[in-house]
Amino acid sequence: MAQASAHTQGQQHPIKLYLVVWVWLFILSACSYFVDYFQLQGLLRYSLIMLFMMLKAGLIVAVFMHMAWERLSLVYAILVPVSAVLVFVAIMVLESDHTLLSRVSSFGPST
Amino acid sequence: MAEQAVTHTTHTYPEASGLRSITADFSSDRQAFRNVSWGKAMMWIFLLSDTFVFSCFLISYMTARMSTTVPWPNPSEVFALTIGGTSLPLILIAIMTFVLISSSGTMAMAVNFAYRRDRRKTAILMLVTALLGATFVGMQAFEWSKLIHEGVRPWANPWGAAQFGSSFFMITGFHGTHVSFGVLFLLIIARKVWRGDYDQEQRGFFTSRRGNYESVEIMGLYWHFVDLVWVFIFAFFYLW
Repeated sequence: MAQASAHTQGQQHPIKLYLVVWVWLFILSACSYFVDYFQLQGLLRYSLIMLFMMLKAGLIVAVFMHMAWERLSLVYAILVPVSAVLVFVAIMVLESDHTLLSRVSSFGPST
Repeated sequence: MAEQAVTHTTHTYPEASGLRSITADFSSDRQAFRNVSWGKAMMWIFLLSDTFVFSCFLISYMTARMSTTVPWPNPSEVFALTIGGTSLPLILIAIMTFVLISSSGTMAMAVNFAYRRDRRKTAILMLVTALLGATFVGMQAFEWSKLIHEGVRPWANPWGAAQFGSSFFMITGFHGTHVSFGVLFLLIIARKVWRGDYDQEQRGFFTSRRGNYESVEIMGLYWHFVDLVWVFIFAFFYLW
């Protein structure tokens, strides 16, 4: 079994793999910098930022942190609880919309 | 491991895969994370809790930014630097990003050489990682003093919503602290590698357990996590 044998000797992968991931992280960072440099706006800006962010995060977690070779029970124990953060984000988006609405309606410029 | 299961039981079940393997691991009435040492499992659980800490900071920043009626300062202009007469947006932050990614790269290679028991290369790569980390903190200190000089305070700033300062100092400050402690631990582990503590299985001063090159990988997990957090801070605070 690949997972088991990887652990008896520790995580051993060719150096080339790390160099390739390193180069990709550089390229993706440069891409996300150029999103700002060329002043892209609107939906394109936010979707590109999110895309490059998720790709970078995925590469770091999967390869550098060796998550891709870990046992599935550890992977799920770490990644599934993170989804609670997304729920929290959704709650706070609703909350801030409500706050903004009450601020505008109660304290906004009187017409 | 599958081999053991075959030799020690009369019934030869094929090792469960996918979701069934998770059920099997958690219901096995023994160590749930098989083949994972306690040190590594605990580091992962610590990192999960740290994820929640940083998530709370970023979510509170999001809430402040979404609910304020005052315009948010444009980070592209706030963090611009003038180099050679031209104003480059976010340039220092971009350089900091590249420095931190490079440190992650050298750390990943240090872990690799550690498992090959190459003491010299491991220690040198860890020292390079620590140096890059210290460079990152130094640039962050420069960024902080520049912004403080321009009048950014946790309660006010010259450009817009007051929460900009509090979010900035809280998020980058907490991240910078993580990097600083990471540098400290990198130096400690690098010294142990250099001395050969892990080859001779010297007992650690704190846990009294036998030294093992896995410590380098566990240190690496922490360091990559710090890089990972920066990816999110870069996207949400500086680029958004």
